[in-house]
Order: sequence, then structure tokens, then C-alpha cells
Amino acid sequence: MLLIECPWCGPREESEFSYSGEAHIVRPLQPEELSDEEWADYLFYRKNLRGRYLEQWNHAAGCRRFFNAERDTVTNEIKSVYKPGESPPEDDS
Amino acid sequence: MQKYSFLNLARNALSYHENWQRAWRSPEPKSDYDVVIVGGGGHGLATAYYLVKEHQIGRVAVLEKGFVGGGNTGRNTEIVRSNYLWDEAAHIYEFSLKLWEGLTQELNFNLMFSQRGLLSLGHTLQDLRDIQRRINANVLNGIDSEFVTPEQIKEVVPIIDISPDARYPILGASLQRRGGTARHDALAWGLARAADSVGVDIIQNCEVTGIRREGGIARGVETSRGFIKAGKVGCVTAGNSGVIAAMAGLRLPLESRPLQACVSEPIKPVLNMVVMSNAVHAYISQTDRGELLCGAGVDSYNGYAQRGSPSTLEHALSAIVEIFPRFSRVRMLRQWAGTVDTCPDACPIIGLTPVKGLYFNCGWGTGGYKSTPGSGWVFAYTIAQDRPHKLNEPFSLERFTTGHLIDEHGAAGVAH
Repeated sequence: MLLIECPWCGPREESEFSYSGEAHIVRPLQPEELSDEEWADYLFYRKNLRGRYLEQWNHAAGCRRFFNAERDTVTNEIKSVYKPGESPPEDDS
Repeated sequence: MQKYSFLNLARNALSYHENWQRAWRSPEPKSDYDVVIVGGGGHGLATAYYLVKEHQIGRVAVLEKGFVGGGNTGRNTEIVRSNYLWDEAAHIYEFSLKLWEGLTQELNFNLMFSQRGLLSLGHTLQDLRDIQRRINANVLNGIDSEFVTPEQIKEVVPIIDISPDARYPILGASLQRRGGTARHDALAWGLARAADSVGVDIIQNCEVTGIRREGGIARGVETSRGFIKAGKVGCVTAGNSGVIAAMAGLRLPLESRPLQACVSEPIKPVLNMVVMSNAVHAYISQTDRGELLCGAGVDSYNGYAQRGSPSTLEHALSAIVEIFPRFSRVRMLRQWAGTVDTCPDACPIIGLTPVKGLYFNCGWGTGGYKSTPGSGWVFAYTIAQDRPHKLNEPFSLERFTTGHLIDEHGAAGVAH
């Protein structure tokens, strides 16, 4: 069970959160101009990194707000959390 | 290869079973192979075996970073079935099931393949509609599948709770009588032994660290034991497929997740079928040793840790206890997780890549075990012929661009 720090509510247990995948994926501003490759990239291709990963979580059973987390996908260590709109922390690994 | 037979068993008994030949060799890697398979799980070993047997490829090596049977092949819940909804998926899984039916004989290794039957429970009216639809699709594809009522379920699985006020009321189920289980370690060992016997070099403790390319053509692999030249490279690395793809500058539409299972202490035989419920993401069978073998759905977040969340397992086990109330006092002995490569449409990717001579077989997600022989067979064909077989043609990487997805998610009871 992970202990996840919600930037608004503080540390809470994992079961209060829902996972929303890779962070910083920008919705296409002009979808009608996208090629099939760009659509595939936006819809299906994720970095799925082994190691440091920037991802989105939602505090579903709490404040119900989204936030970003910097987590190591091998050790599950959450190195930092930050609010939407904030830029990701420097990669110090 | 020393054949496993009654006669040999008797003969070796005379020398106290101390002189059995090793099941497979541990050769030093050669500098050059026709085909190198990255990943020594069931799919990789099956691919190597069929490359030699069906396509007469001379020099084949399987590179495994750990040991044979130490990855997902040794971590799954042993379920074998083929009752998938869509034609493309149904065909490849049914092809695989047919290979399973003759595999013990072919490999000369007892896989403990037991077609004990597999029930997929329905708890709501919509579940029943989906089940009926899937049964009809299965029958049209020549796959055995039938509907059973709660009373019929109770007859074959007397310990199940079919009372209408249950937390998850059982309204019916689909039954695939040819479905069942097969011992996963035996599959890993049987395939390794058979591949070795046809001349495949199985190189354990050999991690691939890079894929050497020249002008868009794969030339070999960098490993922890030096460079190995290869005419063709086939990658079958499940949860780490994205990591290997990145070594060749490729991206794959995969997300790696933990998938968990657990076994109980051994108890007397009480459950003679595989019972699964897609709605509550739980499945259970009883092994020949008497353990209850339970599995959950994938964990919610990406991870390569081979460790799962207790909450996911708790969810599956609480559903199992509701369905089988008498299991509430059974103690669990071991719990573990493997890293599975989930695909957006819950179907695999088997085929060519933009790098010539480099092939990928991945994305099996939670359902790879049952497809092991079929997957190896079509992947061997794809590598040997440099084009997909018609069984795996629909499972190309291009489908994510063309939009021809095979949406097995949810539609087919794809809890595994």
C-alpha cells in the first residue's frame, strides 16, 4: 500500500486515489488537423518508463482534485508531488 | 535427449535416479546466430522451438536475463481457455488451445494439462447478455462454449453460493469444457528441454543491454556477456518490452502493470473447475497439490516492481469469499506479482517493426500464458518468413494508427 501525499490534503493511503496515467499529455488544440500517426500518439502511446515517471493522480475519495507525482516505477518511491500547471521538478537521478 | 518414459524411469530407479541427464544444457554464447530470441519465458522458448522444428533455422539462441521459469511464466495462474469474443482473438487462442491438447506428447514432458472446465460467472442481467453473445460468437467460430444455469453450476461446484441475496448473485455462467489448467513450471521446463534438444542455445543470466543497428537493420544484441551477432532478433520480453523497444529507438503502445496472484495452504479437493468472474475481477482454481490458486485484476498504476498493491488483492479475495463462503477461513500462504504489458485494446502485438530484422511479440497483458504455444508458433513463422501468418496479421503494430483495434477489453470476459 502506497502512502501518497496529496498536495492539498497531505499524506493519505493509496486506496483513496485513482490513477490517471502519464502526466503532461496535452490535448491537441486543432484536432481536425491531426494525422493518423499523431492521433495514435496522443491516444495510445505512453512513455511507460522504467524508473522515474511523471504521472497524474486523482484524490478520488478526498478532495477529488488532480495532481502530478514523480514516482520511481521500480521502487514505487514517490519523490515529489506538484499541482497541475506547475512545472515538473528537475530530474536529480 | 533422454526420453522420459516408464522404461527409463525403471532403468534409472536401479541407479537411485542419480544419473538422469540434465534437462537442458547451459552453453556459452556463440558470437553469431541466425536468430536471437530476447526473453526466455514460455513465449520465447516456444518461438525458438518452432523456429527449428517448423522452419529448420539452424542456429537459434534464447537470451534470458534471469533464469528459465523465473518471470511471468512461473507467476501466472495457469488458466488455459479460448472463449474470446472477436474472431481474430478467438482464432489465435483456439489455435493455441489445440496445440496445448497435444503438447504433453510433443514435448515428452507432463504439463499436467487438465481440461477440467472453466466457468465465467454472470452477476447481472447485462453480464448474462454479454455471456450469451460471447457463447454465440464462440460457437460460430467452432469453439465449445455453453450456457449453464445457477442450478447446473451448483451441481458441478457444490460449494458455490447461488442464493439470490448474495453480494454477487450468480445468474448463470458460460462453460468451456475444454478450458482448464496446466502447470506453469512444467511448461517452462518442458519447452526449455524440447528447445534445447533440437539445438537451441538457452543462455541464462544474460541480459540484453542494447540492440545494434546499421542503416535501419538489426545486426545483433549487446548483452551483459558481450556482443552477439544475429541475422534476426525476436523480442518477447512481456513487461519490459517497452524498455527493449527503446534500445532500438522504437515506441510501443504498452503500459506495464503489476498483476497479482496468491495460493492458500493445501486443502482437500473441493473445487474441480476453474471459476472466474469478470465483473469482480477474480478467478480461482484448485491445484493438484490442493492449494487454492487465486488471481486478481491488474493493479491500477504502472510499475516494474513485481510487487502488487494489497488493496487490489483484497478486492479479489473479498469477492471470492462472497462466492465461496467456506473459503473465509482458508489461510493464504504466498502472494506475488508479475509485470504485464497491457495494450490499449487488450490484444497482443505480434509482428514486424520499422527496424528490419527486428520483431516484437508483446502486449499479451494479463492473458499470455494460455497462448504460449500458439504465440510461439506464429512468431516463429513471422520471423522465419519475414511476414506475419494470417493468424497474427490482425495483431500488427499498425492497428493503432489505422484504428483497426480488436477490442477485447470487457467484451470477452477478459479477466484471466
